[in-house]
Amino acid sequence: MNITFLLNGETVALKDVDPTATLLDWLRDDCGLTGTKEGCNEGDCGACTVMVTDEDGARALNSCILFLPQLHGKAVRTVEGATGPNGEMHPAQQAMVDFHGSQCGFCTPGFVMSMVASHANGATDHDTQLAGNLCRCTGYAPIVRAAESVEDQPVPVWVRDAPIATEAASPNLPESSDELAAIYERHPSATLIAGATDVGLWVTKQLRELDPVIFLNRCDDLKEILVTDDEVHFGAMVDMNRMSEALTELHPSYAEMIRRYASVQVRHAATIGGNIANGSPIGDNPPALIALGATLHLRKGNTRRSVVLEDFFIDYGKQDRALGEFVEAVSFPRQADRLKCYKLSKRFDQDISAVCGCFNVVVENGTVTQARIAFGGMAGIPKRAGTVEAELVDQPWSQKTIEKAKLAFDKDFTPMTDMRASASYRLDSAKAMLERYFREDHGELTNVLEVSA
Amino acid sequence: MSVASPMPHDAAPLHVTGTARYVDDIPTPKGTLHLAFGLSSIPKGRITSMDLTDVKAADGVVMVLAADDLPFANDVSPSIHDEPLLSDGVINYIGQPIFLVVASSHQAARKAARLGNVHYAEETPILTVEEALAADSRFEEGPRIYAKGDAETAIANAHCLVEDTFEIGGQEHFYLEGQAALALPNEGDMLVHSSTQHPTEIQHKVADALGVPMNAVRVETRRMGGGFGGKESQGNALAVACAVAAKATGKACKMRYDRDDDMIITGKRHAFRISYRAGFDKDGHIQGVLFLHYAMCGWAQDLSLPVADRAMLHSDNAYLLPHARIESHRLKTNTQSATAFRGFGGPQGMVGIERVMDHAAFELGIDPVELRRRNYYEPAHRTEDREPDEEPLNHPDPHEDLTSRGAVETGANPTRPLPSGGNTTPYGMEVSDFVLHEMTDALLKSSDYFARKAAIAKWNAENNVIKKGIAFSPVKFGISFTLTHLNQAGALVHVYQDGSVHLNHGGTEMGQGLFQKVAQVAASRFGIPLEMVKITATDTAKVPNTSATAASSGSDLNGMAVKAACDTIRDRMAIYLAERHQADPTSVIFADGHVEIGKNRYSFAEAAAMVYQGRVSLSATGYYKTPKIEWDRIKGQGRPFYYFAYGAAVTEVAIDTLTGENRILRTDILHDAGASLNPAIDIGQVEGGYVQGAGWLTTEELVWDDRGNLRTHAPSTYKIPACSDRPDIFNVALWNGKNREETIYRSKAVGEPPFMLGISAWLALSNAVGACGDKYPALNAPATAEEVWRGIKFTRGNPDGI
Repeated sequence: MNITFLLNGETVALKDVDPTATLLDWLRDDCGLTGTKEGCNEGDCGACTVMVTDEDGARALNSCILFLPQLHGKAVRTVEGATGPNGEMHPAQQAMVDFHGSQCGFCTPGFVMSMVASHANGATDHDTQLAGNLCRCTGYAPIVRAAESVEDQPVPVWVRDAPIATEAASPNLPESSDELAAIYERHPSATLIAGATDVGLWVTKQLRELDPVIFLNRCDDLKEILVTDDEVHFGAMVDMNRMSEALTELHPSYAEMIRRYASVQVRHAATIGGNIANGSPIGDNPPALIALGATLHLRKGNTRRSVVLEDFFIDYGKQDRALGEFVEAVSFPRQADRLKCYKLSKRFDQDISAVCGCFNVVVENGTVTQARIAFGGMAGIPKRAGTVEAELVDQPWSQKTIEKAKLAFDKDFTPMTDMRASASYRLDSAKAMLERYFREDHGELTNVLEVSA
Repeated sequence: MSVASPMPHDAAPLHVTGTARYVDDIPTPKGTLHLAFGLSSIPKGRITSMDLTDVKAADGVVMVLAADDLPFANDVSPSIHDEPLLSDGVINYIGQPIFLVVASSHQAARKAARLGNVHYAEETPILTVEEALAADSRFEEGPRIYAKGDAETAIANAHCLVEDTFEIGGQEHFYLEGQAALALPNEGDMLVHSSTQHPTEIQHKVADALGVPMNAVRVETRRMGGGFGGKESQGNALAVACAVAAKATGKACKMRYDRDDDMIITGKRHAFRISYRAGFDKDGHIQGVLFLHYAMCGWAQDLSLPVADRAMLHSDNAYLLPHARIESHRLKTNTQSATAFRGFGGPQGMVGIERVMDHAAFELGIDPVELRRRNYYEPAHRTEDREPDEEPLNHPDPHEDLTSRGAVETGANPTRPLPSGGNTTPYGMEVSDFVLHEMTDALLKSSDYFARKAAIAKWNAENNVIKKGIAFSPVKFGISFTLTHLNQAGALVHVYQDGSVHLNHGGTEMGQGLFQKVAQVAASRFGIPLEMVKITATDTAKVPNTSATAASSGSDLNGMAVKAACDTIRDRMAIYLAERHQADPTSVIFADGHVEIGKNRYSFAEAAAMVYQGRVSLSATGYYKTPKIEWDRIKGQGRPFYYFAYGAAVTEVAIDTLTGENRILRTDILHDAGASLNPAIDIGQVEGGYVQGAGWLTTEELVWDDRGNLRTHAPSTYKIPACSDRPDIFNVALWNGKNREETIYRSKAVGEPPFMLGISAWLALSNAVGACGDKYPALNAPATAEEVWRGIKFTRGNPDGI
């Protein structure tokens, strides 16, 4: 595979690249650009953060789980390129010095690049922008002070990158869903790589050799978001930040849940299609989408079919997806917003859910007319709480109904104990989430994130 | 004068531009080889057969070594030689290195390391306190006991009794830079770059492994990407592996752990179980306390004895205990060997007594701050400092690991309880510098504690789901290595003929700003701008026989050693220049980059050139040893600490009573750094220490399964605080005082003490949970959302549901 991209403003043309070579290893080992650090090699610490600019603008990404072919046509900027041509520091770099934002300095290049990217985009929600960068020394306070101090400073001209025009690089890097359908049908055992936020770890942690691989990132037609009067439609390659943006008005609780899903860097890469297709029982999108009554759209060659999303998940590690078939899109009906998504994890930001409960309960004249409730982390698959729903529907929307419905959770779920939570805590929290939904619906303060001193 | 000024970290411009070089960033010679360990997959047993054919045949593999292939010492222990580099056939935990792959790349080595075909005879592992006690699996012959007065009788006669048993979890260091080493063979000698807090330890272990004297090994450490104690002994294995492989192949060898390997192989903070029984009078004065410590040490001794000792030594924290008995069991288990971590056992001991105070305040209905103040040590007053007794001469074995905190100390007589009474600790040390009365008053005022406590009570009365809590906790932390002979340091200072200064000392830089502080000392001694001082990598060839940069001692020890070296040169310069100008040497002034002798004024550079031409040495070593300390760890008596560092914090939290989710809303801290050498760096230590301490007691949960498999071995499952976990409102101030002891510019050590301010967050959670029911919440640590949820159920007396 031959690819071309910009590195700190200079064109790089690579021939015969190993398709699963990571940007981080290439930067450090091949280019000697050792400013970008490896902290965890799985996208959880942000020490390897770089800025990548494409048609959608500048984004912070984790270079440790970013494969080189994903960069074709894009512009990469590392910490070395945050500094100007004459050695002048980016305002974020200077602020990190002035505000004592570095101690051991190892996480610092990653923080700097997250700040360079968020600064370029005018983002000032620093806690969210920096949630994907771990620091063990400072306690973060001086880093946030540094980020705040540069909010009003102009973006230096040298970090304003633009993508470059490129030719199609390889059949394994298809330019459209049609091309993808064709090549995947020919190589149905190939590994599909969307954002590589999961597959990346197969390479960096499981040390698997993946061959062949097909990269989906240039299939622009899979990146469409379509909101009509009847339907909301997301192409499989819509990344989680764009997804969140699109949901902010429609279903704000879902959008807020996505804000806590992984980190800015991971959400820039992670796609809705990938989050569904990998079938994880703890992916956060499926329960929310199931609660919204979503339909999954699959394609194999030129054959398309649709399934109700909850039916896609058959068993742990087993989905209703044929060899050579891929997720093209997911859609759900437009509806008045009754959705609440509750993500329970050890840490609020950038943590995998122990339980993710999504509630969509419609109440008319004091009576429940419709209830769709789904959970992640409660079973081997994302799963609806059918018995609980049945206890609610046609009942008065009252504490008594809630108490009765809570008893039904034991029939729907037998969760497991693992390092994230015990089985009894999972089950009890699921019940507590129904209670929370009810109390929140009645105007009671229930969100610890909304409380201040 | 540069001392006391809030200068940024010396390497900050390098950090932010990505040009600060860590071990893995050092350019390596062509042909450098890369290493990885093959790891055991069982927790306990013996290797019955090991077939490494596939490993050797894997792409890029140059050499594979097992225990039998090691030419000399197979030992990376910092204490009693119980930690082989590669398993000698016995397996002690899941993740123990059993063979070493040497390959052409890091990835090739990692891949090959998974191809070993190893068979084991598996035995039942010891993983819990109960299992260890049942098997009498422990380090040392039995428990250590420190005692003062008669605690049993005092408790029996007390008005109020509190007792309980609770768990304190361990903690992964999660330094952002994983362990790393690079060995470069050179004419039979070895240069090792190591990410270590203890270059001399590395030098010693490498020399033993190569069968050469220490002078054939040079260790250099420019900086670490975080240490926190995790690089005091845990870097030994990588450095020794690299050196052995470098000697065997004649090539440079590098090793760095992938994050998961790092977490699976290396030691962590000791988990403790603490049982307590304490008696109080009706006004909340403690009458006596019994502590039972069970320290989970893991499979090798490492530094566990001094860690467990320090936990005992902080079982009083800020409180004068008239009668106390602390019994400490050091349990040997089939998990990673627990090691040094910021506070070195002190935090666990301190959590024990703070739990007692919290429990008693709840039972007696006394404000927890008030109860604490009633039990404080007497305020500072001048007491006669005892001179230490004449040190007995002993004859240490020069081949022993004398510079390790795990070094064996000469024996002594068994414990006898100390008499009760006096302003003394349970180990008989007079507390003569206690400033917490004043600090507490100031902090309660600045944090508006009492008004906020009332507002929180009101909030809790009005809100069903979200409850708030607030808590105060003090810190009194002893400063010095408890192994007395480690309290020494050396420095090497050169002044060049152009007036520039080259500075070296035995301390290592891990982010704490030690180099900057020490450079500020040097600049101040010579009266020159900081830019004229070059800080150089720690190097065993420049300053020998150094102690680990640990125990918060870095600035205290190395600052004084550098001062001594600078003063030697300054005095030589003054004598020479005074003689030339017929003046008194004491009248020569070094200030503002100049040297003044009467009416004559030279730039420092001119002065240096003149002194050079006068054939006077402009190079000097400096040396320092901490005075006044003496300690008998077997008796549990003496003065282990030169002085105490103090701090106090007030934390407010909110909890969701439905799920236990919780967070910190506000924290106010007042911390005693003496006369701060650099207030910016010290505040950085306080902010960072607090968040790390709060993380230990809240979200950071280590989980092993029932086979001893660590299930939280990556940041995806082990959750250190993230950006938004810091307090919304975070007010940190330094207590403006001078150290009563003659430390460097009367400053105080600041590395570890602020970590324990995080205890206030745990206590605030207890306070919030306590607002949900009638029973004392009895939280364990860490107080994860699940633990808070459990506590709420417990306090409501309803274990079956909230």
